[in-house]
Amino acid sequence: MPADGTLAAPVSAAPRASSLQRLARRRSTIAFVMTLPLIAVIAGLVAYPAGYAIYLSMLNRRMDEFAWFLNYEILVESETFWLVVWQSCLFAVTAVVLKALIGFWLAHMLHHIPTKGQRKWRGMLLVPWVIPPALSTLGWWWMFDPTYSSINWLLAIIAVPPVPWLGEPWWARVSVIIVNVWYGAPFFMIMYLAALKSVPEQLYEAAAIDGATGWQRLRYVTLPMMRNIISITVLFSLIVTFANYDIVRVLTNGGPRDLTHLFATYAFQVGILSGNIPRGAAVSLFMLPLLAVFAFFILRGVTRRNKEMA
Amino acid sequence: MAQVSLRSLVKEYDGGVQAVKGIDLEIADHEFVVLVGPSGCGKTTTLRMIAGLEEITRGEIAIGGTVVNDIPPRDRDIAMVFQNYALYPHMTVFDNMAFGLLLRKFPREEIRRRVDEAARILDIASLLDRKPKALSGGQRQRVAMGRAIVRNPKVFLFDEPLSNLDAKLRVQMRTEIKKVHQTVKTTTVYVTHDQVEAMTLADRVVVMNHGVIEQVGPPQELYHRPATRFVAGFIGSPAMNFIPARLEAASGALNLHLPGGIVLPVPEERTGRYEAAKGREVLFGIRPEHLTERREGRATYAEIEITPEVIEPMGMETLVHFHLDGARDLCARLDPTVPAAPGAPIRLTADLANMHLLDPQSGRVL
Repeated sequence: MPADGTLAAPVSAAPRASSLQRLARRRSTIAFVMTLPLIAVIAGLVAYPAGYAIYLSMLNRRMDEFAWFLNYEILVESETFWLVVWQSCLFAVTAVVLKALIGFWLAHMLHHIPTKGQRKWRGMLLVPWVIPPALSTLGWWWMFDPTYSSINWLLAIIAVPPVPWLGEPWWARVSVIIVNVWYGAPFFMIMYLAALKSVPEQLYEAAAIDGATGWQRLRYVTLPMMRNIISITVLFSLIVTFANYDIVRVLTNGGPRDLTHLFATYAFQVGILSGNIPRGAAVSLFMLPLLAVFAFFILRGVTRRNKEMA
Repeated sequence: MAQVSLRSLVKEYDGGVQAVKGIDLEIADHEFVVLVGPSGCGKTTTLRMIAGLEEITRGEIAIGGTVVNDIPPRDRDIAMVFQNYALYPHMTVFDNMAFGLLLRKFPREEIRRRVDEAARILDIASLLDRKPKALSGGQRQRVAMGRAIVRNPKVFLFDEPLSNLDAKLRVQMRTEIKKVHQTVKTTTVYVTHDQVEAMTLADRVVVMNHGVIEQVGPPQELYHRPATRFVAGFIGSPAMNFIPARLEAASGALNLHLPGGIVLPVPEERTGRYEAAKGREVLFGIRPEHLTERREGRATYAEIEITPEVIEPMGMETLVHFHLDGARDLCARLDPTVPAAPGAPIRLTADLANMHLLDPQSGRVL
């Protein structure tokens, strides 16, 4: 190092270094090399499967010819496909709204239990989320069974006639939503509980002194302070619920009469069970634009609020 | 506007810990009262009980003659400024200030008028559209005060509002708070652990320690006539010196025998007051400003020789730290022109007209 203390080693070595060595020494090159593992993971697990799915969706049924958008055209003209779109939207939106409401209510209740008792309740309420959904859905299937239904047995006690839970289209839709809400609400609960705990107590005190009632504190302090968590949780859950597979597969297998199919189960039925892989790929790719629009608006709101508050 | 009365106020937490042990205090209309004391003395708990944020275990709080024990904070007609401001981060400055009025269903024009007026007083009119994140500490503090002012409440409560600001801004905001009080004249209860804030702001200072009130009085009275050792040591910076001594009679007069053979004559006008303590061990208290470089000309002046340990030149004065046998951490305030060096003995003058004698057992000033 020279007397003035500056880093002069690269300069003195520069005249003899090849252009390749210079390239390796550049900060941008080093940064690229260091992010290479992540790029490889994304390329291998996200970009390649997505690109391959797009490629598959453009082949003919025997996968020996390029058919361009034929699969999409057939789907758009298919009545069953539009039923799947409608059922997927109904299922995802209803289930996410219910999960969010129930999760918020549970989180609020838990938040007001003293810490000692809270852990016990928190643990118990998380159980549905911890059990593998394929297994717990089997349990629900048993409870919905037309012959042995324990729910109908309970209803009979209060003189309500038996409900054809999985046999009648509307009831089957309700059943699928009930199971999804039962499984997913604890996730919302735990996220909202964390968000509730992060709202500074002094804001509530300031609001109480400002004259806010309990409801007004919720409306003007709690909800605005939780908006980012609510948005992100809803987005995340919307994506997962939209792409749900196991509950419908175990509970109704898409029936009765294909009326409870979601994108994922329908794609499986068309692609794997019926052996039309290109069309199955086209079904699953239909989810993408819908979710991209949701994600764009929700994440834009989150970024804006982060800049303003935090 | 209203007076605030605290009667036999007790706050007991689960497990029997008493934070406030039965205090009585009358705060007059328009008065600025500062509760001061070290951490854990119960001052913030007292303030929070007045605000209604903390339940009262026993006793009574009345605001404007009405007992408010069971009245929720929103119906007490008070406004509070918190230590970390507690501004709503998702609202603009205007909305933060207007929130209380909005909830009370004030007409829109009236809200606009009041917020504009408060913003003018606090010089934050140009910040009304900003969010709290875009403000500096001092500006946030002003907004928090603005939120209190617009409500025009019966009582202002301040909970250590300046402790998050840097030293320079703290002095500036202290003046602002005093100015605002002189303008709006609302009864104010202000909590701080900083005795300088207490002395500069208060009409009356309430010194608290271990959940009880040690002394209540105007700042000058607390400074010159402290009632207890705690108050004497807490008010004033650097703190008062305490030296163990013995009070002895000497041919019609009284002498103080300090460690190291130092004998100080008690001024004549004080002998009657200290007569009862004759022959007893006492604590001799004297403030650093009354322990100065050698002076002459007054009968109450007495000399002490000391050896400085540390010299602190402050510019307008020089602080000399030293110890005597049996008394450590003593301090004298010297004129900066007086030469003093660590280890070189110098003679100081103690102005005994300003001395205090304390009972070492009870801690009461005699």
